Amino acid sequence: MVGHEHEQGERGVATKAVSLVVDGMPVTVPAGTSILDACRAAGSKVPTLCYLRELNEIGSCRVCVVEVKGRERLVASCNNCVEEGMEVLTNSPKVRCARRENVLLLLSQHDATCTTCVRSGNCSLQEVSNDLGLVGMPYPTILPHGSWPQGFPLIRNNDKCIRCMRCIQVCDKVQASHVWGITNRATHTTVDVADGASILNVDCTLCGQCITHCPVGALRERDDVSRVYDALQDPEVTTVVQIAPSVRTSWGDHWGLGETAGMGRLVSALRHMGFDYVVNTDVAADLTIMEEGTELLRHLGEGRPYPLMTSCCPAWVRFVKAHHPELVDDVSTSKSPQQMFGAVVKSYYAQLLGLDPHKVFSLSIMPCVAKKAECAYPNMNDACGDPDVDCALTVRELERLLRADHVDVASLGEEPFDEPLGVGTGAGIIFGATGGVMEAALRTAHYLVSGRPPKDDMFGDVRGLEGWKEASFDLAGTTLRVAVAHGLANADALCKALVSGEAQYDFVEVMACPGGCVGGGGQPIHEGQELAGVRGQALYGFDRRSEWRNSYESPAVRRCYEEFFGEPNSELAEELLHTDLRAWKMPAEWIREAESAPDAALARR
Amino acid sequence: MARFHLLELTPEQKVMDELHASVGRRLEVSSLAPCPVEFTMSFVNMCATQSCGKCTPCRVGLRALRHLLSDVLTGTATMATIDEIERLAQTAYLSSDCAIGYEAGAMALRAVRGFRDDFVSHVSHNSCASALAPSVPCVAGCPAGVDVPGYLALVRAGRCADAVRLIRKDNPFPLVCGLVCEHPCERNCRRGMVDDPINIRALKRFACEHEGTPEEPARAASTGKRVCVVGGGPAGLSCAYYLTLMGHEVTVFEARHHLGGMLRYGIPAYRLPRERLDQEIGWIVGQGVTVRMDEKVDAAGLARLREEYDAVYLAIGAHGDKKLDIAGEGLPGVESAVDMLRSIGDGEMPDFSGQHVCVVGGGNVAMDVARSSVRCGAERVYIVYRRRACDMTAQDEEIEGARAEGCEILELNAPVRIEADSEGRVAGLVVQPQLIGGHRGGRPAPRPASAPERTIACDRVVVAIGQAIESAPFEGLGIPTSWGRISTQTDASIPELEGVFSGGDCQTGPATVIKAINAGKVAAGNIDNYLGFDHRIELDVDVPAPQLEDMGHCARCETILREAGERKRNFEEIERGLTPEEALQESSRCLRCDHFGFGAFRGGREIQW
Repeated sequence: MVGHEHEQGERGVATKAVSLVVDGMPVTVPAGTSILDACRAAGSKVPTLCYLRELNEIGSCRVCVVEVKGRERLVASCNNCVEEGMEVLTNSPKVRCARRENVLLLLSQHDATCTTCVRSGNCSLQEVSNDLGLVGMPYPTILPHGSWPQGFPLIRNNDKCIRCMRCIQVCDKVQASHVWGITNRATHTTVDVADGASILNVDCTLCGQCITHCPVGALRERDDVSRVYDALQDPEVTTVVQIAPSVRTSWGDHWGLGETAGMGRLVSALRHMGFDYVVNTDVAADLTIMEEGTELLRHLGEGRPYPLMTSCCPAWVRFVKAHHPELVDDVSTSKSPQQMFGAVVKSYYAQLLGLDPHKVFSLSIMPCVAKKAECAYPNMNDACGDPDVDCALTVRELERLLRADHVDVASLGEEPFDEPLGVGTGAGIIFGATGGVMEAALRTAHYLVSGRPPKDDMFGDVRGLEGWKEASFDLAGTTLRVAVAHGLANADALCKALVSGEAQYDFVEVMACPGGCVGGGGQPIHEGQELAGVRGQALYGFDRRSEWRNSYESPAVRRCYEEFFGEPNSELAEELLHTDLRAWKMPAEWIREAESAPDAALARR
Repeated sequence: MARFHLLELTPEQKVMDELHASVGRRLEVSSLAPCPVEFTMSFVNMCATQSCGKCTPCRVGLRALRHLLSDVLTGTATMATIDEIERLAQTAYLSSDCAIGYEAGAMALRAVRGFRDDFVSHVSHNSCASALAPSVPCVAGCPAGVDVPGYLALVRAGRCADAVRLIRKDNPFPLVCGLVCEHPCERNCRRGMVDDPINIRALKRFACEHEGTPEEPARAASTGKRVCVVGGGPAGLSCAYYLTLMGHEVTVFEARHHLGGMLRYGIPAYRLPRERLDQEIGWIVGQGVTVRMDEKVDAAGLARLREEYDAVYLAIGAHGDKKLDIAGEGLPGVESAVDMLRSIGDGEMPDFSGQHVCVVGGGNVAMDVARSSVRCGAERVYIVYRRRACDMTAQDEEIEGARAEGCEILELNAPVRIEADSEGRVAGLVVQPQLIGGHRGGRPAPRPASAPERTIACDRVVVAIGQAIESAPFEGLGIPTSWGRISTQTDASIPELEGVFSGGDCQTGPATVIKAINAGKVAAGNIDNYLGFDHRIELDVDVPAPQLEDMGHCARCETILREAGERKRNFEEIERGLTPEEALQESSRCLRCDHFGFGAFRGGREIQW
């Protein structure tokens, strides 16, 4: 009974086949299949709302109910298994009545002002209601009218929440952050910040996974699009926009471009909209590798208790600061690519272009919500005293920006980024996938240690969607033990193992979002689909086709060091490209500080 | 026109009666910690439906009260609203003409004062202050949190060995509990909303009786840490069991000749047969627990054990007796329930042949000694109690069993003194008849009736009015006590003595087996952490998926008792377990709250602790 890990599947091992009839259509599925999946296999589409495969199979919305012959009451198809000989009806009179009524009931507690909702056209409730052909509303609308700090990068609007509980589940199970909870009971059940706390006082990492798993518009990022328009129309201001590596796999989703959309057309669209300079965050990723790689070699020699841990994911940084303070000193001081690039834009790049950095509007397009918080940290102003990055937009906001200007994406050609910060390497590109930062770092570390270029894909072992991967590599005679975690629950387990001594590594990469930035909380939302896998594969494809695949080969990076920084970890590099992770605090850090204050014990008494 | 009409039930009255019964059943199922404000609003509303409409505070006041409570729930209230609610409830209480109004007011007043923090939390944070409702009712009702729906499903599937294995994850005494658990889980059972709660205890017993050869649980690698447990009762042995599985080396010190504590020295064999108790204890000890019998640990001993062991768990139970403090209590022929049951536990059967025995008390122990007295040959057994029989704390089936076996309950009689015959032996118990009256401390209180004392002629008096804890020797070591009970933190530790933990009856006062088991479990987890480990006891059984079926009405199968006239002659087990046919039907009645309802939210079960 005592042990480490134990997988307990209520559905058991699916070996036996089960035959049933759905709407008159015979179908055979493996034992343990949900009725919902069996219906789909038989060609009967059953609508769902709260259901999220493996994460939220709680049958709460009662929209997926079906009739099982011989049983008087209806059954939720999402979380009940098929039984041999079962006859299922997905549109019987009882089902029609109950499904319709249940959706109407949900609508009676939903602020259905769809025209001004970010999820209009991409909303499960809207789709289900429209599919059911609901006309008119027999019930009075009752909304909770909660309050929310509108300046926070994550916005919750409980007037739209349908209490599906998905945000609670994803935050608990996937991200181990426990931000959301049920705050009232019975007929007043509400989902909100757990225990009625303010979002400002809890350790939200801003990973944004609750947003991408919300079926409606109850959760979204703070909309900063208008700030971008203001900058664009200010004649005094020069706009410089950087685009993160993973954006190339997702920005064109609305226009059907899919994961191979690439950067060319986006560069051309942004230029078309009037941005003065469009630069490539891949370059900053390469720069990160030079800085972090050098830091790694130093860290290895220092005999530190914990491995060097990557710092490019701001949600991870927020998480480790809040929950594993003992590890923070071993998190790389290298800024994230966004912030490195911001500092470069308002120093070296402004100098190069002859611009006053105070008149530069530095914008980033990111697959991330936490980047909005990161660029606003009080110490992220190293280049000229103003914020190094003025504004960070998610890919969803980018889509809204382009759509609002009615940019005809289909007719645009491909254009290159502005030089000299326009071309990165394949190593920079794969920063957007789990394992990518590790692989990129290993490629350069191999070169730095051995003086020889790495063989193609020699570090491919760190790729893939397994939650916590580990590998060992030989670096010029020394064994380097590395680990990669994505999804903060996996990261949490890894951190605990490091602190307890159960796991020992030399270098650890963590990305907060499952699959890495390609699965980021700022990416376009596709209900019920996890696209990190295909987007990640697309990134590796871009990497394979790159002219340079290793960060140390990048002409842009070489030029940065030759003309400006000197060498990695130089004094100027330390000043502009590194940061003090303790210069700002998460709520847990404030609390710990207060508790360990000399007079705290006195106050408690 | 006839002058009168015979009373006939109209169809509407029939429906109303049925609905009343349904509402009653629903309320009997302990609700899972509802939101206090929502609960208050609902009962105020319910009370209001009973108003005749004549008087202002009831007709208008209760309705207004409901609206104000609704404002609190919807976040539109201010702090002033709470005061307004209190004023309104007070007005209904003070000025209503009849009980419909003033009792409603009193309830609302108790709620708004008792739940003040929750009301404030709703107003200030728009959030319920109380912890989230537990998801599975029976599991929440079980002090040890045993996975009831899980093992019921396994019994239904014919996998009794797995069922017992699943129970042992949280409770190393499945057989003992199957026989004697007070089954608080059943009070919560949601099936009670439909017809009757599931007979959970009987199904647990069934699983144990059909377990076959148990599979040994896995034991973690040895930690090299040594823990000493003082007291071999359910708390001590549970703690020893889990600490052993966690890889620690555990030694149990037991003062008496046998292990089991109150299981042996409190519960008579006709309820818990000795060979079954020995079997269960043998299995626990067989996991690698070292036992040292007949070693009573005193203060000096405890101090020494602290030196020798890395941690100490003090689970000495409540084996002292409480006195009536009346004249004649020292006479030969007067003894305490604790002493009598202890002798029986060690196999020394007293002979009461031809005697008349008075048992004083109204708890389960009183019933145990009364029924044991019958079995020891007593000619007549009286149970003398100062309140009414319906006020007794003993379980109904125990009272009924005692009566069936010929014990007479002499209710409303307070003992005054014990009289001796010329030889100085007990001749009778003098009692003062009582009148039951108003409530004191939440219970109906008796007071002397205007009636003369009477004497109940008897040869023997057994005092069963509660047990005491022999904690005094340890107070000198700095162990804090309160009313004799050892005071600990909620993690079972005693901050005054590092490395010493305590639990069970000696910490709670006399309580149930399952509470003691949980105390041992809590201590095991915390002692493990104290020793610098974080071992987990894990679920290692897969639970069958629920079947989809309509739940029609189906009454509960009860266990059957051997006929009273026959069973009272000896100490052999009196209860007959469920038959396979009954067990299948009974386990099929389970509503599977681990899957249907809120249970689905967190997967329905605790995977590890």
